[in-house]
Amino acid sequence: MLLSLEDVRRTFGGVRAVDGVRFEVGAGEVHGLIGPNGAGKTTLLNLVSGLIRAEGGAISLDGRRIDRLPSHRIAALGITRTYQSIRLFPALTAADNVLVGEHLLRRDPLWKRMLFLPSVRSEERAAREKALHLLARVGLSERAGERAANLSYGEQRRVEIARALASEPRVLLLDEPTAGMNPAEVASIAALIRDLARRGHTVLLVEHNVKLVMDVCERITVLDFGKVIADGVPAAVAKDPAVVAAYLGAER
Amino acid sequence: MGQQIVNGLFLGSIYALFALGYTLVFGVLDILNLAHQAVFMLCAYVALLLVGSLHLHMFAAFPLAVLAGGLLGIVVDRVAFKPLRGRSDSNISGLISSIALATILEAVGLQLFGPDVERFPLGTVPDRGIQIGGAVVSEIQVVIIAIALLVMGALTFLLQRTRLGRRIRAVAESPLAARILGVNVDRIIAAAFFLSSALGAAAGVLFGLAFNNVAPDMGRAVELKGLAVIILGGMGSMPGAAVAGFALGLLEVFTVAKLGSSYRDAIAFGVLFLVLVVRPHGLFGKAALREA
Amino acid sequence: MNSEALRDLWLTYQSTVAFIGLNGLLALSVYTTLACGQLSLGQAGFMALGAYTSTILTLHAHLPFPVVLAAGTLAPALLAVPLALPVLRLKGVFLAIATIGFGEVVRIFFVNLDYTNGALGLVAIPQRTRLWTIYAALAGALFVLWRIRGSRTGYALEAIREDEPAARTMGIHADAYKLAMMVLGAAFAGLAGALDAHFNFIVVPSSYSFARVVEMLVFAVVGGTAVFYGPVVGAAFLTLLPEVLREVGSRVGMQPGPLRLFVNGLVLLLVILFLPDGLASLPRRIRRRLEARRAAAHAP
Repeated sequence: MLLSLEDVRRTFGGVRAVDGVRFEVGAGEVHGLIGPNGAGKTTLLNLVSGLIRAEGGAISLDGRRIDRLPSHRIAALGITRTYQSIRLFPALTAADNVLVGEHLLRRDPLWKRMLFLPSVRSEERAAREKALHLLARVGLSERAGERAANLSYGEQRRVEIARALASEPRVLLLDEPTAGMNPAEVASIAALIRDLARRGHTVLLVEHNVKLVMDVCERITVLDFGKVIADGVPAAVAKDPAVVAAYLGAER
Repeated sequence: MGQQIVNGLFLGSIYALFALGYTLVFGVLDILNLAHQAVFMLCAYVALLLVGSLHLHMFAAFPLAVLAGGLLGIVVDRVAFKPLRGRSDSNISGLISSIALATILEAVGLQLFGPDVERFPLGTVPDRGIQIGGAVVSEIQVVIIAIALLVMGALTFLLQRTRLGRRIRAVAESPLAARILGVNVDRIIAAAFFLSSALGAAAGVLFGLAFNNVAPDMGRAVELKGLAVIILGGMGSMPGAAVAGFALGLLEVFTVAKLGSSYRDAIAFGVLFLVLVVRPHGLFGKAALREA
Repeated sequence: MNSEALRDLWLTYQSTVAFIGLNGLLALSVYTTLACGQLSLGQAGFMALGAYTSTILTLHAHLPFPVVLAAGTLAPALLAVPLALPVLRLKGVFLAIATIGFGEVVRIFFVNLDYTNGALGLVAIPQRTRLWTIYAALAGALFVLWRIRGSRTGYALEAIREDEPAARTMGIHADAYKLAMMVLGAAFAGLAGALDAHFNFIVVPSSYSFARVVEMLVFAVVGGTAVFYGPVVGAAFLTLLPEVLREVGSRVGMQPGPLRLFVNGLVLLLVILFLPDGLASLPRRIRRRLEARRAAAHAP
């Protein structure tokens, strides 16, 4: 198991946002994380990526505890993410945003820059080409030079995914990548996720779009009120009475 | 000893009034208004003019100077803060905008009044001493402490018991919610600036009276002490500002008594560092950020 | 114009040109931390440290000028490390206040230091600084910042500035970068202080007040902090403007002191309200507006 969570707990002002969550994500797996609003899905992603600290339990990557590490160390170990609210750098272009994502893999010592060594130029060129290549993979080659703030909603989401892929992560956390998208855009994201699966990426996908999750995920964990109420293959989860109850109850 | 306590309380009451002004605006806007000290300085001059040139009695000059301060505060809001209201970086741009306005106001003060120290005419400041217990304190010190406490009481009453006060507290809690509830947020912010600058003006006049010293750079020194006070008390906390103001006054006086006057200013910054490193939200501050 | 008049003109304006260079370097020292989203206002303290360190070495140890300059640059840079570590995790206005406090503590320290004559400061410092020294230093600082731009470090700084938590989740060690920028800013300020001390013959604590760092901030913001040369543009503009307006000022009856303050404040206010990216962004804005106008003229 590549990523495992064991009895993870976190409260916010008295509310148990994450209450003893346990599940595992295998290498190369596309794993869905669904649940009604407020179930704790985004909090869980924040805990895994190190933005907030867990108050109990353990999060491990390849057997190594990561829940006490600062977020830049967690990223260095191979976990990157996108955000529900899209956190691109608005003043930078799409290509530059992806370039920032390459930070962990780039070798660009300042002293070499000061001396104008030729390796600097070639390294930079290679980094830029990689950024453009990643943008092409998410279908945004023509928009590479556009400032992130000027991109459409769907385009911004895809740039964020490209940026998260730039450091060749072992685990990719996607936080509601299709929120607010029309069916055509959702389909293209689904195709992208399937492509990532084909290339062997491990993905933890938080989503509201249950149909999408059923389509692309191999395993699904369902949260409600911070607890795991179901965990298994899509077919089993879809029939699970606890899951049905949680969703019907949420649609009140 | 009693003498020192009165000295400390008297200095502290000026710090407290000044810091209350800072805190009021910070509580409502989440921005530090660095033009506050310029209002402090200019209104001390206003009082000086009223007493010196127009020969008004202090009893009339004080409220007039305070009123002038309040009005100046509304101008500060209108010119420096309101135009930036929608911006995403309004915290830091507001700070810089207030610095700009402070610089302009300082320049005006320097041009109109010159760089030298001015004093109130003889007789403005009562010189008598009063016996309290075993200590002899000057009348002016007692008067200032009394006025400061009165102002703080009035402010508390206003904030806790009046509709305006409720609205101000609502906006401080959440401008969005307040707006939804029908509060004219812009007008309430202007009111907060009026009150805040009136407090600053009061502090300025009292400071000028207390030390019989009015100069264009008087705002600078107090500004930095004021920052130490609101950090100690907790940003956005009114009781914090008051308590911390008195505390700093007492601390400074006792530091001078024990270590000599050269360390007086350093104590404020020592406290500042200590608080920021150990407990950044101060004595009474809220640890969490305000919601939109 | 004959050569004597030219020489007189040069002497008069030499100090202005020198101040443009020094102010440019000081503005850059504030910019380094702004570049990663931190408002650090302790630079007056670092400037004082650079000035006093270099001056003491000149007056008492009689060391050569380059050594003295290096010491004046390194001393504040080293001191910036223990200062920065505890304040790194402070946010926004808290960081600003903490660094203001630091600057004041340094000033008060020198006011009370008998070894350096306290508030009277040190005098009769030999004038070792030449115009070219100042501009070499400024060029050096600009060079460093230029090479950082567009590099992996430059992108990391930009990311930290725009969204620090998100930057961290991309593997950027934000604390290390913020610390490095604070040290660089301290070095720039210290160098400027050392140069200034050996240009103006004296070193007094009152020159290194909070008002001084506010002035540096004004230069940086007016020039614009989106590009690395912006602060220098601001410094040049605001150092020149009062000189240019001096004639106008005296006719209106304004003293040079208040005039300079007034101009600084007014320009800063206008910039922050109407041109928030600073003067350096003007060419880009004008070009964009011209392009838009041209496009509109050609549209059906």
